[in-house]
Amino acid sequence: MNTSSYFQAPVQDRGGPAQPLLVVRDLKKHFPVRGGPLERTKKFVHAVDGVSFSVPKGKTLGIVGESGCGKSTTARLIARLMSADAGNMVFDGEGVDEFGGIRLKEFRRNLQMVFQDSFASLNPRLTIAETIAYGPRVHGMPAAEAMRQAHELLARVGLAPEQFASRYPHELSGGQRQRVNIARALAFDPRLVILDEAVAALDKSVQAQVLNLLQELKAERQLTYLFISHDLHVVHYISDYVMVMYLGQVVETGPVERIYGQAAHPYTRALLSAVPSMDPDNRTLASPLAGDPPNPINPPSGCRFHDRCPHAHPVCADKAPALIGMPGAPAHQAACHLNDPASGHPAALSEIQP
Amino acid sequence: MSTPLVSLQDLSVQFFGSRNACALNAVNIELGAGEVLGLLGESGSGKSVTLRTLLRLHPERTTRIQGRMLVDGQDVLALRGRALDFYRGGTVSMVFQEPGLAFDPVYTIGQQITEAIRAHEAVDEASARAQALQMLERVQIPQAKRRFDAYPHELSGGMRQRAMIALALACKPKLLLADEPTTALDATVQIQILLLLRELQRETGMSVIFVTHDIAAAVEVADRIAVMYAGRIIEQGPVGQIVRTPRHPYTAGLLAATVGTENRGQPLLAVPGSPPDLAALPPGCSFAPRCVHASERCRREVPPLQSVGTQALACWHPITPLAEAA
Ligand SMILES: Nc1ncnc2c1ncn2[C@@H]1O[C@H](COP(=O)(O)OP(=O)(O)O)[C@@H](O)[C@H]1O
Ligand SMILES: Nc1ncnc2c1ncn2[C@@H]1O[C@H](COP(=O)(O)OP(=O)(O)O)[C@@H](O)[C@H]1O
Ligand code: SF4
Ligand code: SF4
Ligand SMILES: [Mg+2]
Ligand SMILES: [Mg+2]
Repeated sequence: MNTSSYFQAPVQDRGGPAQPLLVVRDLKKHFPVRGGPLERTKKFVHAVDGVSFSVPKGKTLGIVGESGCGKSTTARLIARLMSADAGNMVFDGEGVDEFGGIRLKEFRRNLQMVFQDSFASLNPRLTIAETIAYGPRVHGMPAAEAMRQAHELLARVGLAPEQFASRYPHELSGGQRQRVNIARALAFDPRLVILDEAVAALDKSVQAQVLNLLQELKAERQLTYLFISHDLHVVHYISDYVMVMYLGQVVETGPVERIYGQAAHPYTRALLSAVPSMDPDNRTLASPLAGDPPNPINPPSGCRFHDRCPHAHPVCADKAPALIGMPGAPAHQAACHLNDPASGHPAALSEIQP
Repeated sequence: MSTPLVSLQDLSVQFFGSRNACALNAVNIELGAGEVLGLLGESGSGKSVTLRTLLRLHPERTTRIQGRMLVDGQDVLALRGRALDFYRGGTVSMVFQEPGLAFDPVYTIGQQITEAIRAHEAVDEASARAQALQMLERVQIPQAKRRFDAYPHELSGGMRQRAMIALALACKPKLLLADEPTTALDATVQIQILLLLRELQRETGMSVIFVTHDIAAAVEVADRIAVMYAGRIIEQGPVGQIVRTPRHPYTAGLLAATVGTENRGQPLLAVPGSPPDLAALPPGCSFAPRCVHASERCRREVPPLQSVGTQALACWHPITPLAEAA
């Protein structure tokens, strides 16, 4: 099904296969927080603090990290649901909303989002077929054509149109509503889909159905995914690349096998070992981290992880580690002094065991 | 298991109202002293209803409860007045996914734990406060003295969860009901709470019913797992047996659909369809519409729960029958 003829510009590959679909550079967002009446200085939540990454075409980048680390804010900034304080983006070789680049309206259509809360994102007064047809109609698709496409999409996401097209959101289960949200995103024929905890609220048996559907759709439509999740198993399953965030920054990123097999950042290793074991004879004996994720209002100096890191050394509080490539694996990057021989950390380069 | 601490016998719960629902259908559960049972099931399977029934929290006018509930020798459905008040909190106590359900936002956590102790024990204010502080220390709240005077909203998610556990354990209950206490937490915090629960259980020797939809969380804390589907227990067994050699097609499906390291690059073996509407349960096995092994008999007759030793199973065509117990 090719719906692109109804939109202003064709959604074709422009930059060629080697050009990443999305490049994000130095994205920043600080939210002001209201202090008490006696507080003079304004405080800021450093929600996203200099995030850079790229997503190759047709691949899935998984984003993980504890709640509050800035995953959703990153997604919203990319989707331009809110404006960034700083940073820029390149979509398939073209600067987003820049002179001579891709226009914002065009970019927005190429990018669709699916959220966790399947209810909140559906209009309760529209039938699900109307919901799916709504966007394309606003963009100029004739009503009958938009409706026909909505029925096709419903069938594709596993909801028989004759049974479901005229139902309202409250008449569906959580898994069915999430299928509707996916169909609605696809109605724009996007190239990039951002899934923010899109399967988190689903029961395990239904979650597996939706993950399978996402994988099939990605192959059929050459989609690229940005997949945000707190579930490390799901991210492992679906991602080609993984990016780990901590307090608004990227601490490690790389191919999924490297992150899960040879994590180079102590925080990544802690996250991975916090996953329950599934083996009753080898239960988890100790928690890798103490306490809750810290508050991003006053992030610690130097390496932001230093107050929870088992390898912290005074240099970690003084100097912020840069995100650098691992020897022999430049796509695998981590921001930790241990990986940098010039950092001054006494244990740097001495092999640390995962 | 000589005399079990908890014995639910053919417990059924129906709700009447705008929508009638058979939330529990002849549930049988036995739990020994010091035992940890994981009650596993998807949303709507009846896990919370089971716990709320054990605490007699359902509105009487719109609820019909049938069967028997014996806890620590008491006939729970017969409890009235003071005896019921003492049972709640004194014999059985509960922690929730959302600490807001346990705490009153306008009192400090210290005040609330102190009050709970005084409601169950004849102690003066000062020693109740001392005990409350001790509880906060036992759940490993750092700077417990300072946190004693904190309001619930001033604590982080993990700390509130710990404080709620302190409140629940303040009156030394024999049975702790834990309703998805770690579901809303980050994995890094979840594992801390699971380890804490395990440690407190060992220290106190209490029994625990740990409700979860996450089999991995159950594996970390439970001795035994009971799997619920559409208001019925469909399989029960030691954790290792459930995880390694599930006998019921639903348990096996749930495990296969749980994403693990080995699944990468392959489609997941999802269970098709979704759980049934409790207001209109199918006549036979409630899993039949989703089950690849379903026969005519399955669609006609509800399979009875049969038990052998610590294992139980309700299925006409199990993957491995009970008799071949490992
Ligand atoms: N609109 C907002 N106003 C103020 N603070 C916000 C807003 N949105 C998010 N935050 C804060 O920014 C931080 C990052 O949030 P978020 O991106 O939602 O994290 P995640 O999705 O990783 O859990 C959190 O501390 C959050 O409270
Ligand atoms: N007070 C009530 N009145 C009517 N139906 C209820 C009531 N409480 C729970 N239910 C229904 O009982 C079923 C089981 O619910 P519950 O035990 O909360 O499931 P879970 O396994 O997710 O904890 C659900 O379908 C729910 O809607
Ligand atoms: S830089 Fe220092 S504190 Fe930060 S992760 Fe590395 S060793 Fe730990
Ligand atoms: S009784 Fe029949 S339908 Fe039910 S789980 Fe067993 S085989 Fe499947
Ligand atoms: Mg988020
Ligand atoms: Mg529940």
